[in-house]
This record gives sequence, structure tokens and C-alpha cells, in this order.
Amino acid sequence: MSALSTRVIAVVPAYDEEGAIGEVVAGIRALDNRFDVVVVDDASTDRTAGAAAAAGATVVRLPYNLGIGGAVQTGFRFALEQGYEVAVRLDGDGQHDPAELPKLLAPLEAGEADIVTGSRFTGGGNGYRPPLGRRIGIVFFARLVSLLTRQRVTDTTSGFQALNRRGIALFAEDYPSDYPEVEATLLVLKHRLRLLEVPVRMREREHGTSSITLVRSVYYMLKVTLALFVAMFRRYTLPAEAAQQ
Amino acid sequence: MTPVRISIAASIASLVLILVVLELIRGRRLKERYALLWLVTGVVLLVLSLWREGLNTIAGWLGVSGYPPAILFAAATLFIIVVLLHYSTVLSELHDQNVVLAQRLALLEERLQALSTGSPSAARSGGTEGSASEAESTSSETTYSGRPFASS
Repeated sequence: MSALSTRVIAVVPAYDEEGAIGEVVAGIRALDNRFDVVVVDDASTDRTAGAAAAAGATVVRLPYNLGIGGAVQTGFRFALEQGYEVAVRLDGDGQHDPAELPKLLAPLEAGEADIVTGSRFTGGGNGYRPPLGRRIGIVFFARLVSLLTRQRVTDTTSGFQALNRRGIALFAEDYPSDYPEVEATLLVLKHRLRLLEVPVRMREREHGTSSITLVRSVYYMLKVTLALFVAMFRRYTLPAEAAQQ
Repeated sequence: MTPVRISIAASIASLVLILVVLELIRGRRLKERYALLWLVTGVVLLVLSLWREGLNTIAGWLGVSGYPPAILFAAATLFIIVVLLHYSTVLSELHDQNVVLAQRLALLEERLQALSTGSPSAARSGGTEGSASEAESTSSETTYSGRPFASS
């Protein structure tokens, strides 16, 4: 088991990503041989599971679609049960470049943070310019979370992260269900885990479509704003696993 | 015109509804996605209770001349129907998911039993297949387990 402590588990949620998932898994494994990959297949209707397994990933298949939050949390529960000390999370659509992983892992391994998020909007990013509507949403939530937690965050919607054991334990125990990233950011800060953002480049999507359509945006904004507002009136304790450290 | 007492009582009732819903979310006894409709209901009723001229105007449009507070009841009824209908769809989805879970559990138990006793079923699925073909065989299950929920 001591060998596991040096290993890193890459958690990759995927829904109908048969065109991209193989390359993502292969990219992570090619980067460094200490990476294990677990693909959480959120009840895809295509051959995502087969493509991921063929590329060398452990595949956890959900019996029905849980949405991104449930899928990601499954991956962190796997990481916790298997005893990994470090996890990274990448999306299955290929927008997160495995070559950027060392940037996320460096501050974590230096003990400077519990969770490191790859941000598209902090200095040295690729000057990513999303469409206006999405940009308003991203900026709105970044400002709101910064205001509520009094820590400056620039990209609360990024799912490109590295976590230590405390971070894994927190997300395995408590992770928001749909459109989870913004709430997860608040959760991290409310539990007094150290969050650090590092600039990363992200690719444009090559396959599939984003899960956030125009129709769902209103629900997304309302639901997340409500969740953030209510979360301010909750008391937070550290999850048992994290508190032991 | 709506009697002032009705406006006050209806406002308090709407406010209580909103506060109860928020407290349920805070205590994690209600998920945000199922709370939004209740909050919209509470806010609409609160607005209609406080904005007395508006209630009158809407009553005029709908031909309710004698008793404008009837619009409050109508709005409340309408929203409760919407919430109930929404919950019926949620219940149906949960029902389907529950069926899938029970089936998967039963199949897993059978497989576990077969593996521990070394019956033909174990040899069929456990032994010689590689990881890739294993995933191929499981991905065929997707056709019944995944598809019904693909749009959710």
C-alpha cells in the first residue's frame, strides 16, 4: 500500500464522450507512469466505457445518469476507498490538457494548498474568451464567491483540479449534485481548506456539446445563486477523514 | 378592493412559506432543484398580496369584479398544481431508477454467487476475457439502463 502514496488517481467523469475519452486517458497515462485513471461513465449511450477501458483506464459505470456532480463524487469515493493521497480531476471531453497537470500538482506537493484549481482567467492563462452569456455567468459567480468568502477566486466554474487527501475526503463526503463547481468552491473555502488557483490553458471542445445549453442557463443561475445564499447560513465542520490530519 | 386584513394575512403566509423552504434547504432536508418551484410560488403570492392595485387589475382582466382576493386563491391553486405535476414526474423518474438499481443489484448478487462457487456463469464472465472485451460486454447493458435517462 505504501506504493500507492506516490501514485496519483485521475478522476475523469464522462458522458457520451466515445470520440474524446480514449485520447484523454492515453494523454494522462503517457504523461507520467504514476498516474492511474478512473473514468466514471455516467450511463453513456455510446461506447465511452469500452473506449476508456481500451485506453487503459479503470471504468466505473453508473447504472443511470446521475449528472456531473454525482459522477465526479463517485470518482472521489473510489479514490478515497483505494487509499490515494493525491487526485486530479479532468473532464472527459478533452478540454483539460493533461500536459497542464504538473502545474496543478506542484503547489499541492509543496504543501501550499489542499486543492489547486486550473483557472482560465488568472494571469498567464490563455486569454480564453467564452461567449458573452457564459462570460457574464462566470464573472458573476467568481465575484459572488469572492464576496461571500473574502478570498479572491477568478474561475469558480473550472473542473480542472488537483486535490490532496483532505480535498478528496471532503468531496467524497459532500459534493453538490448538478452544476457543482461553483458550490464546490464555496464548500472548500467554508471548510477552511486551502484553495489555490493556477493559470492554465484550456482547449476548445472538439467532440460532443457542452452540458450547459441556453435553455438551462436560467435554471443554472437561479439554482446556484440560491445554493450559495443558503450555504452562507450553514455551519461547516471538517469531514472526519480530513479532521484526522 | 381587497380588504387590508386579507392582504396582511396572505403576505404573512407567503413569507412563512418562503422562510420554511429556505430553512429546509439550509438543513439539507430539501434540495435546491426541488425548492425553486416552491420559492417561485411564495414570491408570486407575496407580490400579489402586497401589490393590491395589481391584484385588482388582474381581477379586472379576468372578469372577477366582486372579490379580487379570489385571484390569490386561483394563483395559489395554479402553482400547487404545477408543483404537484412536477413532483409526479420526479416520482416517475425515481421509480424507473429504483427498478434499474434493484435489477443491477440482483444481477451482481448472482454474479458474486457464481464467482464464489465456481459455477458455469463464473467461467462465462470472469475468466478468460480481457479488460477491453469486458467493457464491451458491459457497455451493451447501456441500451436499457442508460437510455431512459439520457435526456435528464
